[in-house]
Amino acid sequence: MDPYLRVTDLRVSFPTADGVLRAVEGVSFAVEGGRTLGVVGESGSGKSATALALLGLHDLRRATVTGQVTIGGRELVGRPETEIRRLRGRNVAMIFQDPLSALHPYHRVGRQIAEAYRVHHRGAGRGETRRRVIEMMDRVGIPQPDRRYDQYPHEFSGGMRQRVMIAMALVNDPALLIADEPTTALDVTVQAQILELLTDLRAEFRTAIVLITHDLGVVGQAADDVLVMYAGRIVEQGHVEQVLRTPQHPYTSGLLASVPSLRGDPEADLRPIPGSPPSLTELPTGCVFHPRCRHAGALGDRCRTEPPELRVVGTGGHRLACHLPTRERARRRAEDTTRAGVAR
Amino acid sequence: MLRFLVKRTLSAVLTLFAVSVLTFLMFFALPRDPVSGMCPRNCNPERLERVRQELGLSDPLVVQYGGYMRGVVAGRELGAAQGGHCDAPCLGWSYVNNEAVTDTLVRVLPVTLSIVVPAAVLWLLLGMGLGLVSALRRGTWVDRVAIGFSLTGASLQLYFVGAVLLLIFVYTLGWLPVPGYTSLLDDPVRWAGGLVLAWLSLALLCSANYARLFRAQLLETLGEDFVRTARAKGLPRSAVYGRHALRAAISPVITVAGLDVGAALGGTVITETTFGIHGLGRTAVDAVRAGDLPTIMATVLAAAVFVVLANMLVDLLYAAVDPRVRLG
Amino acid sequence: MTDGPADEAGPLLRVRGLTKHFPVRGGPVRAVDGLDFEVRAGETLGLVGESGCGKSTTGRLLVRLLEPTGGSIEFAGHDLTHAGRRHLRPLRGQLQIIFQDPYASLNPRHPVGRIIAMPLRVNRIDPPGGTRARVRELMERVGLNPEHHNRYPHEFSGGQRQRVGIARALATEPRLVVADEPVSALDVSIQAQVVNLLRRLHRDLGLALVLISHDLAVVRHLCQRVAVMYLGRIVEIGDRDDIYHRPQHPYTRALLAAVPHVGQFGPAGRLRLTGEAPTPLDPPSGCRFRTRCPRARERCAVEEPALVRRDGGGQATACHFPGPDPLPAEPVRAMA
Repeated sequence: MDPYLRVTDLRVSFPTADGVLRAVEGVSFAVEGGRTLGVVGESGSGKSATALALLGLHDLRRATVTGQVTIGGRELVGRPETEIRRLRGRNVAMIFQDPLSALHPYHRVGRQIAEAYRVHHRGAGRGETRRRVIEMMDRVGIPQPDRRYDQYPHEFSGGMRQRVMIAMALVNDPALLIADEPTTALDVTVQAQILELLTDLRAEFRTAIVLITHDLGVVGQAADDVLVMYAGRIVEQGHVEQVLRTPQHPYTSGLLASVPSLRGDPEADLRPIPGSPPSLTELPTGCVFHPRCRHAGALGDRCRTEPPELRVVGTGGHRLACHLPTRERARRRAEDTTRAGVAR
Repeated sequence: MLRFLVKRTLSAVLTLFAVSVLTFLMFFALPRDPVSGMCPRNCNPERLERVRQELGLSDPLVVQYGGYMRGVVAGRELGAAQGGHCDAPCLGWSYVNNEAVTDTLVRVLPVTLSIVVPAAVLWLLLGMGLGLVSALRRGTWVDRVAIGFSLTGASLQLYFVGAVLLLIFVYTLGWLPVPGYTSLLDDPVRWAGGLVLAWLSLALLCSANYARLFRAQLLETLGEDFVRTARAKGLPRSAVYGRHALRAAISPVITVAGLDVGAALGGTVITETTFGIHGLGRTAVDAVRAGDLPTIMATVLAAAVFVVLANMLVDLLYAAVDPRVRLG
Repeated sequence: MTDGPADEAGPLLRVRGLTKHFPVRGGPVRAVDGLDFEVRAGETLGLVGESGCGKSTTGRLLVRLLEPTGGSIEFAGHDLTHAGRRHLRPLRGQLQIIFQDPYASLNPRHPVGRIIAMPLRVNRIDPPGGTRARVRELMERVGLNPEHHNRYPHEFSGGQRQRVGIARALATEPRLVVADEPVSALDVSIQAQVVNLLRRLHRDLGLALVLISHDLAVVRHLCQRVAVMYLGRIVEIGDRDDIYHRPQHPYTRALLAAVPHVGQFGPAGRLRLTGEAPTPLDPPSGCRFRTRCPRARERCAVEEPALVRRDGGGQATACHFPGPDPLPAEPVRAMA
């Protein structure tokens, strides 16, 4: 099946006082209907900039966006605003991280959802719109939707507000949903509910979902494929089990090793990645990760001078941007594991 | 809501009470004889003494104040020459103007209202318009010109602007009549014609603040998440700005506008003097010069009432615009 | 129970029936409603819970940034509960707090050296060797370059700013530090660095630490004992391993089940909680958790369960029907 979303060599940059800020540097991926792609990265990884590019939401007076973003066969980059606007909210919709600030505080919730419906269904009457909105609110699990239709966002709890956002995004049955950190601001028990809701809705509507998060656990639970981003680039991509169980890139494995979890030895020190994410105006030469990578010296100067290409490794669409040959990587990983086992 | 109104009315009464006491005290702190100022040069000392008696100026301050306030609340007796019984609210008799102060107020209030209200509408529209345009065209020459224009307006002085406008439109081109007040009810065209220069001058000067404020608020609002959501829904730009951004950006403008208008209603002295119109402000200044206590009290209290009402209105508007605000 | 130094007759910090109500139109917000716990010298206690459970308020009560409406706080034998400023002053140096937001908790107009030295100045402590030497020492201890003491907060990254906050908290050599969500605002790869730092400081300095966090995994790596809060009360408290491996309270179990962890693929287990926490303005009668509890019965609506020890161990639970679920026999009735 032809992927509904196809991104090719996307680049987003902003001119700043300190030089050009390259937020996204040559990102390519595709998502098919009914599948969830998790995009994992920390702040500065470019994941949010990528998400905004998928809806053409960058202010082009300030940002430069190049490459191709094709949604349902229609190209987004370089097209006039009026054309993109027809796709926004209809073919592709977005839910944001903080539902309290993402909803207009002065307008009633029902009206905000109805607005999303009416802008793409111009002929719809009042009654029809209201019915559709209430149906959607019910579908996302908001109790007493006809009463809550007339309430304001601040009268809802965090999880309910996020459900409102989801209802608003899905009211036009978009084939693609972008979820930017949808559960980060929520309690963990509510997070579980929302993730389950998204999975149910995806199954029902065959939506393609791009789920952006910094939480590897969330990706493991909710995504089919994963993209690991660092400093605007993809460093690793593949099926979620493959990438999380056998991470190939030192950043991915570093991240997995540094995250505290409910399993593992609580007495052992965590193994953080040394250093901190680079400034996007002064990126390191060669491989962007090399200043923090333990293996950077192994290949002489190569990691410092030559940026690695994203290449297929192994089977099943697992891609990696790293100079270390596979065998060497495997050997080092085995070494790490034994060392960690001996440590305490 | 009811609770809010009750609480605010009570606090308003207290404020007005405090204002009246302070004014009273300040007046009597002046080292001068209030009566002799009221009288033309060749004043008869017996007449002076009689007036002094009638005004009760030999009584202790507290008694005088009490008498005055009683008059405001329940009416009191004045001398025969002053019309005998003065109904509540009795604001006393002005020997300077030779009329009941209440009549003075009734005469000058509509004048000030006619100056301030249309000017306020103008300066709000102009200020917000300039602010909107500069926010939308941020960084371009339009932005710079608009802000520059409003800053220039704010830096000028009203007596200068007023005088220049008079010179151009009244004395040179003759397009407008000499400014003066005609009741709106009598002749709307003359009403407008006599006041339009005052409106324009005030608008020019006051709009700058609003232009800057609104521009800043709009820019901040446009960066808010819910505006991004609106765009993500596919809304056209007009809806994004109109329905989403504007309404959210307007709150501080309401506050400032409310307080400004409240203060202005207390008397736009310079405007009135420049254009030779006798409104509340002019009357107040004249009363102070002449030492006309009843008129002073009345004008000060009137101004205080406007400010208090304006504050209450601002709070009500806030609650009307922002559903998160709860009064009380 | 604990392997920290126990050179005191009793616990370093003892909290009994701690209560804080905030008066609001419509009734008091019962943010904290009767907490009982202790912290021994050198021990780490984690306070976990979701938003609205009162853990942050508790943190502020412990360092007396807020005054309790009821109950008592005893620190090193002194009663802090309603102590006035004069009585608190000598103790403040021993009780410090680290805040969540590394961007908001540092005064942007002060160089970091001054920020770190401020507790010394305010408490009129003159360390041997001088203030400047102490600031250097503190900066080194938290992993910052002491040469940077003249730099301003905005010149540091989030993780580094948090280190400044930690150095500041350590300046007066406190015996107990309250850390309110110290790593939540940090990037994942930086969180680990700061967690390790806190571990090291606890070990090297013998600090007692009260860690407030919604992140169960972080708490597991830092704390010897854990208290789980829900709507202003402690529902379960015990040693780390007991809480994480043998949770008895249904809320603790649901919380642990909801944490997405990396080894698990596909949706979380069946221990899904419905709905959201009720408002602390009007908590449910009886057991506050009953509206979301899969085991709720009639008794739960009537009688509030007390925090009771089970089997004479260190773990205490506030539940009428603790233990692994589901309970056999009686059908579960949904509570309104």
